[in-house]
Amino acid sequence: MSGRPVVTPFDRPNSYIGRAVPRPNAKKLLQGRGTFVDDIVLPRMAHVVFVRSPHAHARIVGIDRTAAQEMPGVIAVVTGAELAKVITPWIGVLTHLKGLKSAPQHAIAIDRACWQGEAVAAVVAETRAEAEDAAETVVVDWEELPPVVDMETALDAATPVIHPELGDNLAFRRELVTGDVDGAFAAADHVFEEVFHTGRHTGVCLEPRAVLADYQPADGKLVAYQATQAPHMIQNLLAKHLDLNESDVRVICKDVGGSFGIKVHIYPDEMATAALSVLLKRPVKFIADRLESFVTDIHARDHRIKGRIAVKSDGEILAFEIDDRTGIGPYSVYPRTSAVEANQVVNLVGGPYKHKAYRASTEVVFQNKNVTCQYRAVGHPIACAVTEGLVDLAARKLGIDPADIRRRNLIPDDAYPYTGLAGLPYESLSHHASLEKLLALMDYDGLRAEQAELRKRGIYRGIGLASFIEVTNPSSAFYGIGGARISSQDGCSIRLDPTGTIICATGVTEQGQGTEAIIAQIAATAVGVTMEKVRVITGDTDATPYGGGTWASRGAGIGGEAALQAGKALRQNILSVAAAMLQAAPESLDIRNGVVVDADTGNERLPLEEIGRVVYFRPDTLPKGLQPEFVVTRHYVQKDYPFVFTNGIQGSYLEIDTETGFVTLLKHWCVEDCGTIINPQLVDEQIRGGVVQGLGGALFEHCIYDDRGQLVNGSMIDYLVPMAGEMPDIVVGHVVSPTASSELGAKGAGEAGTAGAPGAVMNAINDALLPLNVSLAAQPFTPESILTALGRVGARVG
Amino acid sequence: MDQHDISVIVNGQKIRRRVSARQHLIDFLRNDLSLTGSHLGCEHGVCGACTIQVDGVAVRGCLMLAVQADGATVDTIEGLTDSGAIADLQDAFHRYNALQCGFCTPGMLSTAAELVAQHPDADREEIRAHISGNYCRCTGYHSIVDAIASVLDDRRKARANGGAA
Amino acid sequence: MKAPPFGYVKARELGQVFDLLDQHGDDAKILAGGQSLIPSLNLRLSRPAVLIDINAIADLQGIRETADSVIVGALTRHVVLETSPVIARHVPLVAQAMPQIAHPAIRNRGTIGGSLAFADPAAELPACALALEATFILRNRSDERRVPASGFFHGLFETDLRPGEVLAAIEFPKAMAGHRFAFAELARRHGDYAMIGMAAAAPQPGTLRLAYFGVADRPVLASAAAACLLRDGPQGLEAACAALAGDLSPSGDLNAGPQTKLHLAAVLLRRAIPSLFAPA
Repeated sequence: MSGRPVVTPFDRPNSYIGRAVPRPNAKKLLQGRGTFVDDIVLPRMAHVVFVRSPHAHARIVGIDRTAAQEMPGVIAVVTGAELAKVITPWIGVLTHLKGLKSAPQHAIAIDRACWQGEAVAAVVAETRAEAEDAAETVVVDWEELPPVVDMETALDAATPVIHPELGDNLAFRRELVTGDVDGAFAAADHVFEEVFHTGRHTGVCLEPRAVLADYQPADGKLVAYQATQAPHMIQNLLAKHLDLNESDVRVICKDVGGSFGIKVHIYPDEMATAALSVLLKRPVKFIADRLESFVTDIHARDHRIKGRIAVKSDGEILAFEIDDRTGIGPYSVYPRTSAVEANQVVNLVGGPYKHKAYRASTEVVFQNKNVTCQYRAVGHPIACAVTEGLVDLAARKLGIDPADIRRRNLIPDDAYPYTGLAGLPYESLSHHASLEKLLALMDYDGLRAEQAELRKRGIYRGIGLASFIEVTNPSSAFYGIGGARISSQDGCSIRLDPTGTIICATGVTEQGQGTEAIIAQIAATAVGVTMEKVRVITGDTDATPYGGGTWASRGAGIGGEAALQAGKALRQNILSVAAAMLQAAPESLDIRNGVVVDADTGNERLPLEEIGRVVYFRPDTLPKGLQPEFVVTRHYVQKDYPFVFTNGIQGSYLEIDTETGFVTLLKHWCVEDCGTIINPQLVDEQIRGGVVQGLGGALFEHCIYDDRGQLVNGSMIDYLVPMAGEMPDIVVGHVVSPTASSELGAKGAGEAGTAGAPGAVMNAINDALLPLNVSLAAQPFTPESILTALGRVGARVG
Repeated sequence: MDQHDISVIVNGQKIRRRVSARQHLIDFLRNDLSLTGSHLGCEHGVCGACTIQVDGVAVRGCLMLAVQADGATVDTIEGLTDSGAIADLQDAFHRYNALQCGFCTPGMLSTAAELVAQHPDADREEIRAHISGNYCRCTGYHSIVDAIASVLDDRRKARANGGAA
Repeated sequence: MKAPPFGYVKARELGQVFDLLDQHGDDAKILAGGQSLIPSLNLRLSRPAVLIDINAIADLQGIRETADSVIVGALTRHVVLETSPVIARHVPLVAQAMPQIAHPAIRNRGTIGGSLAFADPAAELPACALALEATFILRNRSDERRVPASGFFHGLFETDLRPGEVLAAIEFPKAMAGHRFAFAELARRHGDYAMIGMAAAAPQPGTLRLAYFGVADRPVLASAAAACLLRDGPQGLEAACAALAGDLSPSGDLNAGPQTKLHLAAVLLRRAIPSLFAPA
């Protein structure tokens, strides 16, 4: 925590902005009294279990469900063809991602399964256990087809085309050239190259994906209780594909047990659950089992990047060049598509630096593995690791300290506004201030001295730095312009009740990051009430303004601004009524801690309860012609930039046991600049949690597929998520450059931690191994991969 | 042989129910008793979200059958809350924001409760080791360690001052 | 996933267990701590017709000392071993291994007998039993059979237990004056199954048993390596490390291939030398 109050324009009496207010909605979770989807039970509720393909690629010759239909408790066994009568297929493309193609995807596969885990039949029963019992007895007659597994060969002529109607296995390609790249490489004193790999990860939300769909045939309404980040998006998609009026679909999202981008998509099994509720005219619940989560929750980050950096001998960076390839599974995921991650890699590589030339190409290919899509910090950890790996590679080869090469090349703090080489504007970043703050927090020089001393004793410690930029507060450039009905604007309605309580309904959603707390803080500040007098409603498409929800670090920046403007407007409305009651000028009054006061002296004049009493119950005593408006709605959309970029830098200090290859993370630091900080504790905790997700990817997490397209470590026993024992303490610091695109000035912070952590760890590992002339560039960095790099063991075959 | 009558004291209340042999304790608590504070994250004993107290010690509720709880005393997050036994831990978790989504929290608190009772002098490293079987995807663990360490510290001070912890 | 249907009987005494084993044969599984069996049920990897819960059987409980041994009832939970002063004093290798086994909530429930009878080759206790030359006390309706650890583990989840038999207790020799021991394992994360581990015991001068786990389908004694060290003391280390290649022919797993395991086996051995040859 920063330890001191952050000074903002919001420092005024009764301000909660910049204060570490404990989350009001955390108490119920601490008492086990949250409401997660699986906690909800409805009359006549049935449970669905999906029969899933054991093969990466296989034709469905036939499905024998006669035994299953006779099993105890079974209500229905439904095939893809039957379900397709009530739900239409979809294609995961966006028009602004030019050339992106994909094939129609059904809620349940009809003819063919294209990855291990694709649902091919649904079994609905009275209990989950009975549905599982019956699902085991469904016999699918399979004809195995050759799987496309290796993304490197996916475009080869000899490789089968997964969707013949598409012509090839290429989903998307993008090339970008800015500046005189060839000239820069020709003019360079040195060109350094590396091939980076970022392992396939998945989100492993502790609460599995969950939906309870309740179709009410009498009035043609569908209520979906869903663990999601984007209720209005889900509402739109369910209505569209089930042929319902959008207004007849209500999505309710109570507590969500972690999401991280996993729950910002709609999944075929979730669509199927809603369709089954329509088909069976009763509530149907789907809770993903942990094993099926591993083969159906989106994966991400499976990239191979060939990178080059052109530098002068003094360390000046002239150009970056990358050649990226990623395999996304057999379909582009609906509706956000599976091309965004690669697109982000292209947008972000080299982002913190002031070089003038950049060339990037990416190819996004189909394969018969689980699908990939947007997961926390989409593309950022990949781009950051590649950029920072190349910068440190240059520093190592040139004998320049990693801090110094950054000082020389980071975009100067006074250079803004600045346009990055991918054509994206940076409003106001603070790379140098962040770097210097980080170095001070780390005691960088002290660590370097300690490192040198320990090296003499054969102890290999490494220090790694990683600067990054981060996409936050997105405009409609992200999805809306591509045709997806995903809102980039958000609204907030605030109502003053007779008791002086304000009720805020917002379109941004709570996934545990603290959305409801910061909305309450902002609303309390803007209206002038105490936190105890604020209630926040999220996650209900019938009860909140239309909005986008949680993604791309937009909750505080977009939802927060809407709350600020709504609160300010309500305050004015209250003051005009108070002024009439007190026969004073509205400008002479203020609202503090729920009481109208004289703005100059703070003398209390009228509590809000009294205004509420009069307005709601004795309006006859108010002047004629005065109509109080105590419900105010304001919306906000960020239109100044495609995204409001933030920046930051991370530092890793670790030790490598060169005999075992084990890496011990000793400490981690992050300095970030999210603009106005609404709640420093919540920002710090977003950073810390994000860092650990990044550390997981750097050292542990990896979806490992065999050459048959089978995920071989798809359980929590074998897929190694970071646990407390291996994670370090994490120090967080801040530089504050508010965005001028909103009055609040807040940018996002939710993805910064994940963006920079893997690059910092990779650089620290390579720094530790520098005396041994060894470096690594393939995540995750495992004991075996480090031992192999050190030549202590041979490379493993297969 | 696959249906059994059991008698269990759950959160201080004597419960009699007929359960199926294959039902694990968490499904019994969640589905039969509506004690939904205990969560299922994997059902393989790995994630720790279902950690509860049985006869006073922390166990994985998904790795114990409901029928095995016959005659036992079971305390879930709901009971531990109502008794006040972990009020200081809950307060510290709140102050340190040692939870985000809250899905792991009941299990984490059950594990932490055992830690603070059994290892009053645990340092940060020992705290990390003790909770290393409880998965939290949100916090990165730092704030959880902070919260538990602060409770240990407060309890030590209370003991030093001669008061009961 | 939910476990498949099965029956359940809570046995009150061993005779009832033998009756049920006779009646159900291979369709019955014995439920002790359940920390390995119940996951396999929840994964639907195991489909017994009936579970015989032995947790209430008094005969299988408790830690007992004799003049030269410690007899541990099969139902003794890990947490009891971990905190037992008798184990700490007389079987310190096991005491040292305990904190490495999974996590506290698992150790509160898991039992020594369950762990040994499950015979996971990556588990700690089988290797400890092998290093210490523990004796497995197996009972059937009429007899008691004593099997040395070296004869108990037959393969992956396979043991010397015969139909109708139950693992009743494990007898560990008491550590004698001058004994040396070492325990070490390498796991990716705290409490995970080890990539490789070693339990080493030298109950008296002139003896040494190096039991590796996580290398094969059962714990393996590195006899040739031990012989090098017995012959030459710490100076025999390099020869011992070389001999490991003959003692162990590790199979790879997700975290480590055969070469890595062999390399790490030598690292563990090297690091154990100070403990194994500590001056009195």
